[in-house]
Amino acid sequence: MLDFVQQLVSGIALGCVYGLIALGFVLVYKATEVVNFAQGDLMMLGGFFAFTFIGMLGLNYWVGFAGAVICMALFGMLAERLVVRPILGYPQFSIIMATIGLGYFLRSIAGMIWGTDDFKIETPFSQGVLRIGSLVLAYDKLSVIAATIILCALLYLFFNRTTLGTAMRASSENMLAAYYMGIPVKRVVSIVWAISAAVATCAGVLLAPITFIHSNVGLVLGLKAFPAAVLGGFGSIPGAVVGGVLIGVIESMAGFYLPQGWKDVAPYIVLLAVLLLKPEGLFGLHVRKKV
Amino acid sequence: MRFLFKTDYEDDIRLFPHSGYIYSYGLLLAVLLIAPYVLSSYLMSQVVFVCIYATVGVGLLILTGFTGQASLGHAAFLAIGAYTAAYLQQFNVPFPVYFLAAGLLTGVVGALVGFPALRLQGIYLVIATISFAFIVEEILARWESVTHGNEGMRVKTIQLLGATVSRDGPTFYYLCLAVLVLTIVGTLNLLRSPTGRAFVAIRDSETAARSMGINVALYKVKSFAISAGITGFAGVLFAHKLSFISPEMFTLQLSIEFIIVILIGGTFSLHGAVLGAIFLVMIDPFLTYLKDDMPGVIAGVAATLGAGTERADHIQDAVAAIASANGLKGAIYGIIIVVFVLFEPLGLYGRWLKIKLFFQLFPLYKRATFKRQKIYVKSERNR
Repeated sequence: MLDFVQQLVSGIALGCVYGLIALGFVLVYKATEVVNFAQGDLMMLGGFFAFTFIGMLGLNYWVGFAGAVICMALFGMLAERLVVRPILGYPQFSIIMATIGLGYFLRSIAGMIWGTDDFKIETPFSQGVLRIGSLVLAYDKLSVIAATIILCALLYLFFNRTTLGTAMRASSENMLAAYYMGIPVKRVVSIVWAISAAVATCAGVLLAPITFIHSNVGLVLGLKAFPAAVLGGFGSIPGAVVGGVLIGVIESMAGFYLPQGWKDVAPYIVLLAVLLLKPEGLFGLHVRKKV
Repeated sequence: MRFLFKTDYEDDIRLFPHSGYIYSYGLLLAVLLIAPYVLSSYLMSQVVFVCIYATVGVGLLILTGFTGQASLGHAAFLAIGAYTAAYLQQFNVPFPVYFLAAGLLTGVVGALVGFPALRLQGIYLVIATISFAFIVEEILARWESVTHGNEGMRVKTIQLLGATVSRDGPTFYYLCLAVLVLTIVGTLNLLRSPTGRAFVAIRDSETAARSMGINVALYKVKSFAISAGITGFAGVLFAHKLSFISPEMFTLQLSIEFIIVILIGGTFSLHGAVLGAIFLVMIDPFLTYLKDDMPGVIAGVAATLGAGTERADHIQDAVAAIASANGLKGAIYGIIIVVFVLFEPLGLYGRWLKIKLFFQLFPLYKRATFKRQKIYVKSERNR
């Protein structure tokens, strides 16, 4: 039983990271119907920025964290301006390929700048554990869970209560109509990319104490975030996090209870099952084309 | 320029619209046939890889280019072909038999993947094929009694008609070339048959195709099976060329490379697969050149432009450092993909068509002829 709870908590913590990456996918997808295959790499880059600020320049953890988030938000805008904006409105496949290309580029540039070693960021909650009876929970895992809840709540409020959030939802429904209604769609899209890069950075920094940051981490985790996003229903913000947590727990349980090898494929088996049985996911909308 | 007057349907679907095609392709074939006697063995080996990649590219084009179903899982089909060949070879099955068996088995697996894929569109299909490829990769690594797991499998040389076909010799090249040419001719015939027309109809509008009486599900599964089968054939050749296969060769990276092949070549014509394969495979020799010769060349240029010897040396070191940096290949891939998507969405073959049209219409060429239409209304989500 105790093992089960330990596995559950570490599964949820890992799942929150998947959820945060999936959240980035969903934000961009909702606003522009672009699936950003470079989302995981944005997370990796965010982690490296934070490492540079905290580990190499020796800044305070929170200052470094904020610095990394701001830098990555600007970087997200830049990427959107250079790569995505010129091809908005073209078939989805072209855009997917462009983001895959962007991911390749970021990975190899990160490898060139920071090398291919593993890096660790010292955080205020790297050490220390919370003891409840005989249950031992590490602070770094709890911090991930807490941060995910806070971020989700903020994003939820932002999308549902602010003018900008409403504008984003409008342009995600129909870009052309939103444009006619006077919404500056281009700026909205650019801000969405900034937010999604910032969320990815949070994921990267939170992840750093649990697994290390290296130039390929984005590829590995980014691909695990797909099942999360699909399970939650591509396009639903709470769905992304719930999906992420489910995938994290499934993976962690499969690693503990099933023979070796199942851990890595379990998320994808779940993904295929979801696609077959309920392609719109847990929270997704099912829409059919009308002729 | 030449005007082709078509008076009936037969004219429209002719393989060689006019005699010029026969001459130019005949010439190309002749050049390819004498290539092993002219090119160095390193280049020949690259040309063999071009043939294999082009075969996969043709297979992928049928699915992605002509049926409009994106796949990022073709490395898995290649792996299934390669492993079938390696496995059957252990029991002294003759080459033609396991070659066909590998293609058939991969085709069947492709059809099995096609069934669940029927319900999926666009991004979901891409993700599903990625997952399929991951699962296949994991099975290859774990099913040790058949695949020897991560230790990999040796692949013996081909025994064909009592002779040994060395993987570096010209005979192997001719074999790969023959497979490629047969695949291309077969695909051309397929595309002008009702099946091929149905594929294209599904790509352009599934709803319209359905209302024309096309059984969309059947043709999608067919497209998956044919595409996978061709990739399986290529997998056998791939295994023989490398002479050793292991699961980590057939990763997502390879699937992306195949997509790059058709993306760079152009997704609307079979020429694209071949051009893209040439481009992709020749990146490696180009990078080697970049590492070995480029620093010297640039330093030489700098020296002649008046930079001092010391500074020229400096430049040489800097260029060498960049050229031999880890992961340069990844950066180049990334830049190439982005540049092609942004500036040349029709690929190399599209560029060739543009140049040809420019000269045909000489003073009257308009850039807008090839302009793509942008659609800002979310059609793909509500399909």
